[in-house]
Order: sequence, then C-alpha cells, then structure tokens
Amino acid sequence: MARKKLYFEDVKEGDELPSFTVENLTRTDFVKYAGSSGDFNPIHHDQTFAEVSGNPTVFAMGMMNAGILSRLVADYAGLENLRKYRVRFATRVWPGDSVTCKGKVTKKAVENGEKIIEGEIAALNQKGEVAIQGSFRAALPSRG
Amino acid sequence: MADKSDIGKVGKPITIRIEAGKIREFAKSIKDPNPLYYDENVAKAEIGGVMPPPTFLMTLAHWDEGEGRPHVQMDLRRVLHGEQEFEYLKPVYAGDVLTAVTKVADVYEKTGGRGGTMTFVVMDTEFTNQKGERVAISRGVTIETGQVVAR
Repeated sequence: MARKKLYFEDVKEGDELPSFTVENLTRTDFVKYAGSSGDFNPIHHDQTFAEVSGNPTVFAMGMMNAGILSRLVADYAGLENLRKYRVRFATRVWPGDSVTCKGKVTKKAVENGEKIIEGEIAALNQKGEVAIQGSFRAALPSRG
Repeated sequence: MADKSDIGKVGKPITIRIEAGKIREFAKSIKDPNPLYYDENVAKAEIGGVMPPPTFLMTLAHWDEGEGRPHVQMDLRRVLHGEQEFEYLKPVYAGDVLTAVTKVADVYEKTGGRGGTMTFVVMDTEFTNQKGERVAISRGVTIETGQVVAR
C-alpha cells in the first residue's frame, strides 16, 4: 500500500494541507498518551489533583496535541522528508473537545541544493480556538 | 528563579534505544493510523525502516529520573510549556541507540500582562546515534510566570 508521494513540482505557495479532525478526546486518551510518552504529571489524569491546581477537570498534554497535529505534516510532506517541526501552545484541550488540524504552504524554494517547502499549521478546538500554532519545513524529492 | 547564569548548564548524557513497539504504542496514542508506524514491511519498503513520529523524541524527557535535565531553579506552580521545536538532521529508525545531551541555551525575561515579568528558559537537546552522527535537535521553551498562573 504505497503512499501518495508528494513531489516538489506538485506544490505551490498557498496550497492547503488536507485537514482532518480527531473527535471527542477522552480521559482515557490522555491516559494512553501518559503511558506512551511517560508524562505522568497528575494534572493530566488525576481529577482531584487537577481541581486542587485550579482546573475544572484534567486536560490534554500539550505534547499530545502536538503529536496529533504532527500527522498533518507527516501525511502531507512525508515523514522521512520532514526537517523541522515547531509548535507553540495556546489554549488547553479538555475532555470532550475535538481537535481539527489544518495548514498551508507558505514558502517554496531551493536552498543549498535542497527543494524546500515551509508552512504554517494549527490545531483548533470545536469552537475554533487555537490550541496550537506551529510551522514545518520539509525537503521534497523532485520528479526531474 | 532561572537567570542568565544558568546558560550553558548541561545535564547528564542519556542513552535510549528506539523501539518499534514503543513507536507503535505512541502512534496509537496520538491517533495516527499511518501504516509506516505499524507495519515493518511497509516501512522498510517505503522509507528504509520504522521511523518514530515527529514528536516521539520528546518521550526522552520522561525516560530518565530527571538527571538528563540541567538543574535550573523554577517554581513548578508557575511553569508553562511554551514552545517545542524539533530539527531532523538524519533519519532515526527503530533499533537505533541515541544519546541525548541537554543544555540551557538561553534565559531571558519579558514583561507580560497578568503574569508580571516572565522568565523564558530555552533548553536544547542534541541526539546522536550509535554511529556518532547528530540526528536531531529538540528545543523546548519553558516559561516561568511572575505569579501563580490563573488556570
């Protein structure tokens, strides 16, 4: 099952990355990410601790959201072509929230012989609030 | 509180083996169905082996007992993870053994709104593989706010 390969020639500035939504994140999802990442900060899985820390409920790890968002660029540009991935954390993601990932290409250039694309990406909750803002850089193969 | 004198502090080198099972578990937990993470044959044919998802190297931060992180005085009640960046220099595959060294790259202050003066601590982690090649750099920005953050 070969993936659709993205070539430098296929991209133009302004192109949108195929968007997707991860629906209804649950406490169980947070716990699974705790296990896979080793991030056992109780604020993300222990309701009592979350409340004592001034939060209505537990909330998702920022890096979990960053992981969900990373699929956007890996699917588009190819995991092996990724050169840089950057995220800035804005709003928290709570149990029951959905996360929509989208982005667009902002730059296409040849640098030091590499065929480079760069883009801006974001993860938004169901209210349209930005949970994460980010950017990526990838070096693409050429058809030539 | 962190200050400029912390710049250059280095943590202990941490060694970690990149494992296919852990990659699979991680990919599932970020709800990424990409067969490259689950099917070794597909991964081998398409990209030379099972590669970890883009943010996987962050798991190293929780791998040791904290000795990999340079000691910087911060009040945990006032700490936020502000930014994270990964630079990929060479491919990493399941089976690779990486050594990570973390150092304090920068400390600076900004005057914020509600939180008063905010201190930014930038930590760089460099990953080297078993062949001695630099494969990735992870850069994290932690923010210490001036007062306890209203959450």
